[in-house]
Amino acid sequence: MLYFGVLTELLGQSGDAAELPEGTTVGELLRILRMRTSNDAKGGTAGDGMVERLWQSLAVAVNRAYCSSPRAVLRDGDEVALLPPVSGGAGER
Amino acid sequence: MSIEGTGGIGIGIGKTGKMDEAVKADTLDRSCDGGRVEITDAPIAVDAIVWEIKGGMKAGGDGAVCVFDGIVRDNTRGRPTLYLDYEAYREMALEQMRGLAKEAVAKFGVRDVALVHRLGRLMVGETSVLVVVCSAHRKAAFDACRWLIDTLKKTVPIWKKETFADGAVWADGEPFPDELAINPAVPAVGRAGGVDAVAGRAAGPDGEAPGAGFRGVP
Repeated sequence: MLYFGVLTELLGQSGDAAELPEGTTVGELLRILRMRTSNDAKGGTAGDGMVERLWQSLAVAVNRAYCSSPRAVLRDGDEVALLPPVSGGAGER
Repeated sequence: MSIEGTGGIGIGIGKTGKMDEAVKADTLDRSCDGGRVEITDAPIAVDAIVWEIKGGMKAGGDGAVCVFDGIVRDNTRGRPTLYLDYEAYREMALEQMRGLAKEAVAKFGVRDVALVHRLGRLMVGETSVLVVVCSAHRKAAFDACRWLIDTLKKTVPIWKKETFADGAVWADGEPFPDELAINPAVPAVGRAGGVDAVAGRAAGPDGEAPGAGFRGVP
């Protein structure tokens, strides 16, 4: 998996690999990663509302193409990327 | 089953892995219909790129060249900016930009398009993104130029971190279009003021509760 933007800080790294059962879907992988972030939560006022909104606003890419279906089934060797809302270009919206 | 990530591909600053080399070679390819499409770590040579696209005129059929030169502003909502760091999911961003350039040519009937984005640390006044469109008539050139920059900002996987005198934040992103998002039609993150990258907390007040999604997760 590859992480970008604020996710690299939330997850503490820019990517890692996972061994998952055959038939795991994109939605299930997201659930696993979310549990990891909630277990790793640093406590304090670290804004669960912010983290929740971040998870809700993500896009997912599988092998460099957007995947909007949580039911999509992952295959061995897939490159999965979690993408926060993008902010390329110049200035604000 | 293993889902692999190499943990650094395309994370823009100072990485020179094999994949980046391949991408650099790739960016020189102008054979696609969409014209010059490039992601670069070096300053964008705006004048040279505009000159190049104009030099490509065939039989003088072009009547307009529209240029959008996106530059780093010295403040965000009044907060003085020191510099911006851009990073990308480089290979995917380049593919997305190529798709946009081709789509612009098809959709607006313009003759040629250049679409260039820079990554890494940019100082105030430097060009981060350049869109150049040439066509027979100005309306198509303006429309295509506007569509390209607006769509790029919503769909191309590039992010920027803004560093101010008193801290750094990941810029608020554009909400993904519903057809790309995994959880369509929910409030975007950080709309109220950005995510504080240092303290890891929301800079603005909490928004409304999110809609449907992965609510079964503790």
